[in-house]
Amino acid sequence: MEWLNWNSITSYLRSSLGYHILLEAFLLLIVVYLMFLRKKKSRRPAKLSEKEKQLLIDEWKPEPLAPDIPSDHYALNPKIVTSKYGKHIIVDGKKCLNLATHNYLGLSDEKSLEDAALNGLRKYGVGSCGPRGFYGTVDIHLELESRLAKFLNVEEVILYSYGLSAVASAIPAYAKKGDVIFCDEGVHFAIQKGLTASRSTIKYFKHNDVDDLHRLLIEQEKFDNKNPKLARVIRRFLVVEALYMNYGDICPLREMMELKKKYKVRIFVDETVSFGVLGEHGKGITEHLNIPIEDIDHISSTLEHAISGYGGFCAGTTFIIDHQRLSGLGYCFSASLPPLQVAVAIAALDMLENKPDLTEKLRSNCINMHQKLSRLLSCRVHGDPISPVKHLRFSKELSSYDVETEQLEKICDHAHQKGFALAISRYLDEEVLKNRPSIRLLINASLEETELTEICDVIGEAFDKFIIL
Amino acid sequence: MSNGTMVCKLNGYANGNSITGKSNGISNGTSNGSSNGLSNGLSNGSSNGKANGLPKGLSNGCSNGLSNGLKKTSPGEESSSVKLIEEYEATPFIIIVLCYISYVILNFFGHLRDFLRNTGIEKNKCAVERNRPGYVPLYSNYESFYTRNIYRRICHGWNQPICSLPGTTIDIMDRDTDDYNWTFRFPGTTSKCINMGSYNYLGFAENVGPRADEVQESILKYGTNVGSPRHEFGTLDIHHKLEKLLAEFLQVEDAVVFGMGFATNSTNIPALAGKGCLLLSDELNHASLILGCKLSGATIKVFKHNDMTDLEAKLRQAIVEGEPRTSRPWKKIIIVAEGVYSMEGSIVNLPEIIRLKKKYRVYLYLDEAHSIGAIGEHGRGVCDYFGLDTKDVDLLMGTFTKSFGSAGGYIAGSKQLMNHIRLHSHSFGYASSMAAPVAQQILGVLKTIMGTVGDGEGQRRISRLARNSRYFRQKLKQLGFIVYGNDDSPVVPLLIYFPGKIVAFVAGAKKLGVATVGAGYPATPLIESRVRFCLSASHTKEMLDKALEVTSILGDKFALKYSRRTRNTCNIEY
Repeated sequence: MEWLNWNSITSYLRSSLGYHILLEAFLLLIVVYLMFLRKKKSRRPAKLSEKEKQLLIDEWKPEPLAPDIPSDHYALNPKIVTSKYGKHIIVDGKKCLNLATHNYLGLSDEKSLEDAALNGLRKYGVGSCGPRGFYGTVDIHLELESRLAKFLNVEEVILYSYGLSAVASAIPAYAKKGDVIFCDEGVHFAIQKGLTASRSTIKYFKHNDVDDLHRLLIEQEKFDNKNPKLARVIRRFLVVEALYMNYGDICPLREMMELKKKYKVRIFVDETVSFGVLGEHGKGITEHLNIPIEDIDHISSTLEHAISGYGGFCAGTTFIIDHQRLSGLGYCFSASLPPLQVAVAIAALDMLENKPDLTEKLRSNCINMHQKLSRLLSCRVHGDPISPVKHLRFSKELSSYDVETEQLEKICDHAHQKGFALAISRYLDEEVLKNRPSIRLLINASLEETELTEICDVIGEAFDKFIIL
Repeated sequence: MSNGTMVCKLNGYANGNSITGKSNGISNGTSNGSSNGLSNGLSNGSSNGKANGLPKGLSNGCSNGLSNGLKKTSPGEESSSVKLIEEYEATPFIIIVLCYISYVILNFFGHLRDFLRNTGIEKNKCAVERNRPGYVPLYSNYESFYTRNIYRRICHGWNQPICSLPGTTIDIMDRDTDDYNWTFRFPGTTSKCINMGSYNYLGFAENVGPRADEVQESILKYGTNVGSPRHEFGTLDIHHKLEKLLAEFLQVEDAVVFGMGFATNSTNIPALAGKGCLLLSDELNHASLILGCKLSGATIKVFKHNDMTDLEAKLRQAIVEGEPRTSRPWKKIIIVAEGVYSMEGSIVNLPEIIRLKKKYRVYLYLDEAHSIGAIGEHGRGVCDYFGLDTKDVDLLMGTFTKSFGSAGGYIAGSKQLMNHIRLHSHSFGYASSMAAPVAQQILGVLKTIMGTVGDGEGQRRISRLARNSRYFRQKLKQLGFIVYGNDDSPVVPLLIYFPGKIVAFVAGAKKLGVATVGAGYPATPLIESRVRFCLSASHTKEMLDKALEVTSILGDKFALKYSRRTRNTCNIEY
């Protein structure tokens, strides 16, 4: 039988053509090469001996942990404050009218806030000594949450112990890897960090440019139509600020809402500046533009600006907000807001509810100031007339970023000598979009007409003096 | 002599060896009572390469409760003079099986209930989304399944509101539920409990006394808000005072303070590392450290909890191999670790880490959130505990929420490094700086701990806490509970394994007048649910005894005394 087999093979070999066999043999060789020889080569990195390893370790030179720093940097020579951050502020020993810190409604000077803080101290001490889950929830935390929810007319509010961490924790609680976030490129730093932490795909559109956003949404739709399976799991978010901290202008939310509904994107609105400012009662942009608040998926804000307290919060439906109680990192894993700060925020909310003329006064101050500043020649004011955040820049761009900053610093020093505290808005190098240097002027409700005129005169004079033509 | 299997980690760093040994638990309280025999046994263990798993709590029980997790050796030895023992008694096999079965049952009923809810047979009590048809679902399936069907059953054990100071005793607001934990209502009554849940290590959560009076003055002078970052107008003179005193306390050149402890980690690590850097992070690091590492954009590698052999292997490998793909050498490597781990109750093996750090020229970021004030002879944290120089740690981080009874956090180190942080830290540049009353509370406590005010009160509190920790831990072990961690750690995790028992224990203890907290998945591994006691210097012996009695009663009731070691029968002195 063996003989027969062998015979058949040899007959086959004889009958087939020579090149055929050659080709088959060649292919077989390639298969063998691919299966065994190549893998071995690519899989095995050059093995180092212990001695070589030690040599590599000895040779390794790490960079220093901190590089050399210029000692004249502004962060190393800060202005020292020795008073309350109220209408007036003592900076480097000189009493100034405060136009540099966030205190839009002028509540810092209110006696009721101070009393609330003292009562809070005497009842609860200073720290809460634990996160919310572990006996860090004090009765007034719950009270403030329900009061804020009632004020904004939303189902639920969640408190954070730091303004910066509210929005930065909220975004990554929902947006995960693979999701898409459309975001205005002018958003403030905390939002940028929230976006980074989410590890989602971030698509920035031009600041306040609805058409650019539309373009991105259409692009996404095209992609979705091509990959319908993927489109069913990719969550889409739109992140905007109601009133931009770095610009002072208001978001065209109405137009964006139309796009949001059309393309089924969830919208996160940050009201860091606008809470307590926009709208008749200070309820924010939804009240200002008359948009139903339930159409907004998520609102984040701070208690450090208009409320003159400490901490931050997020608001929305229970379905959305409750999720953060287990997934908001800055909520779960951080000690809760000190109870005395909660007491302060409750007192401030009382003021906001009982004194509707506060927001009105703020608005008229802002408009008034805006008009006055618009008349100046060498200074241009940026931002919406009703915004308490105004950015002042030279009307003509100076030679470089550094020169401009230097001149603005001189203006601030000049104003300080005259008794006005002005601050340059400072940015870190990691900002997505670094603006031209500006003085961030912060208006509050406690300023009087005459003071506004004085401020405007000093600013005009200083800008005239320090502009380099 | 005991038959139970026990894993005991013994790291002998004096001669550079790190050994993790499995032993049969050879010790017995009466025979090894003298401390001489003990230290001999230890040094032998480390040099032989075979660890004698000496459960120190047991063996030392009869001597006068002196140092336990920590042992002084002869001063001639090189870097450090203490030894570290961490205990992790192995989980009994039957418990592992039963625990998984309990999860299977929970999952089975969860799916059943979901089916009933979806078909409309059972009323759906979860919040549902309205007016968003056609949107991609916001939550992944399993995540919401866990919260809905497992967490919801046991959520009564957490988030209990209090209506008092988080001091030695707290008033917990009673709450009832009519719908199996979906909603709670408050009948208006409160329960007064011994507080073993708050991180009030040194008992400085106070609303009267000299420190509270100073805080009151600071509120009147500075108010409570700031509304400006440190880069602009957020620097108060009190901040400078605090930073200076803190640096003096920690015996370093400079320090920087921030308004939130969590953010101190999450916003400063990105200022220290970036692309091309490697962060070697302990597997049990806190969420804030993990977030900070992620935000930095650096490569992250994780080493086994407190396992120095693993750390060294990873260090060597990293330096030899360089960056993945490009094989470029790392710009810098930073080890990120904690001083005391809040879920394990373990203390970091600092001397060994410092040895490795020096050997390989890498940097160390040490989070002392739970150790600053609470550990060490002078309350200076783990460096103090091991008798090491704080300058050997590049970045000392800590929070003021715990021992200081305040809020916020700090980073301390060399002058140049702190200036670098001042320039590049996210929260320094953008967040409102620390509020004045918060800073004043820290200042007051700091002065007390340092002994400049209070007539030695700070020192008394520190030693009281150390005594409380040892007494409580030893007593728990004597009662037959499995307790993790180091005998000197003021965080005491008591293993109860089953998720259902967490809420039973917490609620039961509350009824008997002791407030504790539970921790389960995802904060711990799935089958290692635990309850945690946080000791305080303000606890008296009577309070501890009561807490022990309550724990023992509940331990019998819920069959929690899992330990298979021979129990030490001799009297543990306070």
